[in-house]
Amino acid sequence: MLVAFSALASLLLIAVFILKEGVPFLFKYGPLNFLLGSIWDPQAGQFGIYPMIVASLWVTLGAMAIGAPLGIAGAIFLNEFVPRSVLRVVKPAIELLAGIPSVVYGFLGVMVLAPFIRAHLGGPGLSVLAASVILGIMVLPTVISISTDAIGAVPNSYREGALALGATRWQSVHMVTVKAARSGIIASIILAMGRALGETMAVIMVVGNAVKVPHSALDSARTLTANIALEMGYATGLHREALFATGVVLFVVIMILNALATSAIKAGSRRS
Amino acid sequence: MRVPPKYTQVLAVTLLGGATLLTLVVLVFIIVFVLTKGLPTVSASFLFTVPRDMGRAGGILPTLIGTVLLPLLALVIALPLGVGTAVYLTEYTRATRVTRMLSFGADCLAGIPSIIFGLFGFIFFVVMLHMGWCLLAGGLTLAIMILPTIIRTSEEAIRAVPNAYREVSFSLGATRWETVLKVVLPNALPGIVTGIMLGIARCIGETAAVIFTAGSSLRMPTSVFDSVRTMSVHFYILAREGISNENAYGTAAVLIISVLAVNLVAYGLMHRFISRRTR
Repeated sequence: MLVAFSALASLLLIAVFILKEGVPFLFKYGPLNFLLGSIWDPQAGQFGIYPMIVASLWVTLGAMAIGAPLGIAGAIFLNEFVPRSVLRVVKPAIELLAGIPSVVYGFLGVMVLAPFIRAHLGGPGLSVLAASVILGIMVLPTVISISTDAIGAVPNSYREGALALGATRWQSVHMVTVKAARSGIIASIILAMGRALGETMAVIMVVGNAVKVPHSALDSARTLTANIALEMGYATGLHREALFATGVVLFVVIMILNALATSAIKAGSRRS
Repeated sequence: MRVPPKYTQVLAVTLLGGATLLTLVVLVFIIVFVLTKGLPTVSASFLFTVPRDMGRAGGILPTLIGTVLLPLLALVIALPLGVGTAVYLTEYTRATRVTRMLSFGADCLAGIPSIIFGLFGFIFFVVMLHMGWCLLAGGLTLAIMILPTIIRTSEEAIRAVPNAYREVSFSLGATRWETVLKVVLPNALPGIVTGIMLGIARCIGETAAVIFTAGSSLRMPTSVFDSVRTMSVHFYILAREGISNENAYGTAAVLIISVLAVNLVAYGLMHRFISRRTR
């Protein structure tokens, strides 16, 4: 049954090829120069991705600041405060929305959100803030879907116990249910972080793509993923290797996030 | 100072309800906005004529064909591999270190962002195997991308087939392979089809992994070695290069409708599958 190894083999193949293309460059250029260099100028042979790392970090954190509270609030509300029948309709509807292509989100960011930010908050509009909002919306289905499953898996006897002790519904939710579903909720946030960090096309459209360290949320910036996708089409030689090295950084960070999410889910299932 | 629980309850419900409502409003707004802006452009001639002047005028026929062919090709490659893996994991082995490693591999693969698939497909299929930007390179890349989805859904569907079915088949003298082929897979079919639909939907919406492997040629493809442009890529190029907002909205509307339709079929099947199992 060799086919059974197809997924694992593909994973290894991807890892090997991305590493093979990117790691030699890392050592040629120096990992610290690459990660902490603040000038990215392929023509001049300058490949510092520090501005992109900062931008990716801010955009991802911004997306989480918007997506995580909204998503978790939605998951709690749908599980605890409305009838089951509503959850049964709304949850698939929200999951359906996870299928909206990312370019569509990006386009709406350009047409609706960026002009709004430019008119009311200032700056160029295409900015870290715009990217954070768009990504925050994009990760909502992920957060809601996984958190809902985690909260729904909490045994009813827990809630009944809390209510029998005289707790209000909200007290029982935040003191008992959410605590019991903690690992699933954390996993949903980590997975959403991976998605936000790895998103490319929607971000390219709304983040502005200027290669500099953003100093405010209204500044234009360029993320790691955007850097790869924008220049891959024409890059050759050392420049292309530098883009693969950017891919290596992204790959490693995402793998760490996935491992964290998997262990959070495992920790949760072991306890219950 | 302690706020009485009665008030925190009211406050919490208001806030949570408000957040939920906001989420739903935003998500519904996105679909309604794109459809109202895009649907007026969509007509039979928009769907079935070739684009002129880089997509500034004319229709989207070649991208429509690309959007059908590319997911289909990905599926032809991923389906045997995915279902094979699922059958192996459920029917031929017990949970061992090897199966755990295989599942772990599938999970990791599922978390890789599409731009990494694009990079890999570009360097491996396009450059190293000298395929160039083409349907085949794109199909192979997308096949790897949807493999974890197919494996997971097939695995669940196969596990849901009651053991009694297998025992009856064995008692009639069937071999394990015959049992898999004639008893297990037919009963797991709706679940497997759900996985297929979800995989197709992901392929239709994908941009980053497609643009670097299948290219973005607007010509009609005549073989698997021709470059194609899918609707997502077409939409991205129209919107990003400001070629035509009107045609971009039109393409987006067609794109959203196709993805939602495919997803709806998947959910419908899953629902029927689950209700049959629990009866």
